[in-house]
Amino acid sequence: MRYAIPLIIFLVIAAFLASRLRGGYDPHRIPSALINKPAPEFQLQELRNPTQTFSPKQMRGKVWLLNVWGSWCVACREEHPFLMELSKSGGIPLYGLNWKDKREDALAVLEEIGDPYVLNVSDFDGRVAIDYGITGAPETYLIDQNGIIRYKEIGQLTPDIMAQKILPMVKDLNK
Amino acid sequence: MKRLGLLLIIVSFLPCLALAKEAKPLSNDPELEKRVMALSEQLRCLVCQNETLAGSQADLAEDLRGLIREQMKAGKSDKEIIAFLTERYGKFILYKPPVDPTTYLLWFGPFLLLLAGLFFLFRYLKQRRDLIIEQPLSADEHRRAEALLNTAQGNKTA
Repeated sequence: MRYAIPLIIFLVIAAFLASRLRGGYDPHRIPSALINKPAPEFQLQELRNPTQTFSPKQMRGKVWLLNVWGSWCVACREEHPFLMELSKSGGIPLYGLNWKDKREDALAVLEEIGDPYVLNVSDFDGRVAIDYGITGAPETYLIDQNGIIRYKEIGQLTPDIMAQKILPMVKDLNK
Repeated sequence: MKRLGLLLIIVSFLPCLALAKEAKPLSNDPELEKRVMALSEQLRCLVCQNETLAGSQADLAEDLRGLIREQMKAGKSDKEIIAFLTERYGKFILYKPPVDPTTYLLWFGPFLLLLAGLFFLFRYLKQRRDLIIEQPLSADEHRRAEALLNTAQGNKTA
């Protein structure tokens, strides 16, 4: 028994470390401080029609997704095919926040690989991104009829996350 | 497989490198700059998480320092700016963790370990002391000991 104690301590530490390594734990996933809080208001120019502005206020009464991306963001490219699929399925409107990008770069990317967004707004200086507590692209927010943030995905949206986390919430919200 | 592992390691460090850039020119008010840096020292960079906002060259850190600078120019106090940032990024942005229920273990854990260590130490010392029982020698044992000592001395002188 005496000799088993160090072994037990070792096993406990090993199990803890293994759970952190293999359990999909990602230190970049900082829990959002904005869940169940109102989505920060903004008024930004539209990417395609810079003379027009868009504000989350206009989305009252709808459940929608706000996806943060940039033409400079590699992970966003990887996420893109799924966003195309998502927009084709028409389940939920997808809006884009084009983060710290050049207008012509963003438009060129959408031209090249397709545009899954209902509409995009340009956050040139990144101030709206800070209001939303964004740490890196892509990030996606689920916002409900009353403008409350219900969910935030840090990193790419995947079919699994959509099916297991977001769509059930959307279903609930649309009841 | 080995090569893939190495590649993954390299790639996982890339974000920090890719985001490193020349620092932007600072404003020309050294007092303000000092305040900005002092506050940034207390905040965490959210991209390279082991760095403070002051030390990081990530784009987002630069933006956040710009925002702090702007808010200071607008006359906001350090406290107000910290409140503004924690509202958006949560307590995670505080480089020095605040004392609250989620961090009790962090703040008081070492003292708990110390107390536990002292407890086991004293228990062990007490056990040892209990093991040692002073037992006076009987008259018979005295004689035997004396005889042994005498022969030992006798051997030495011989």
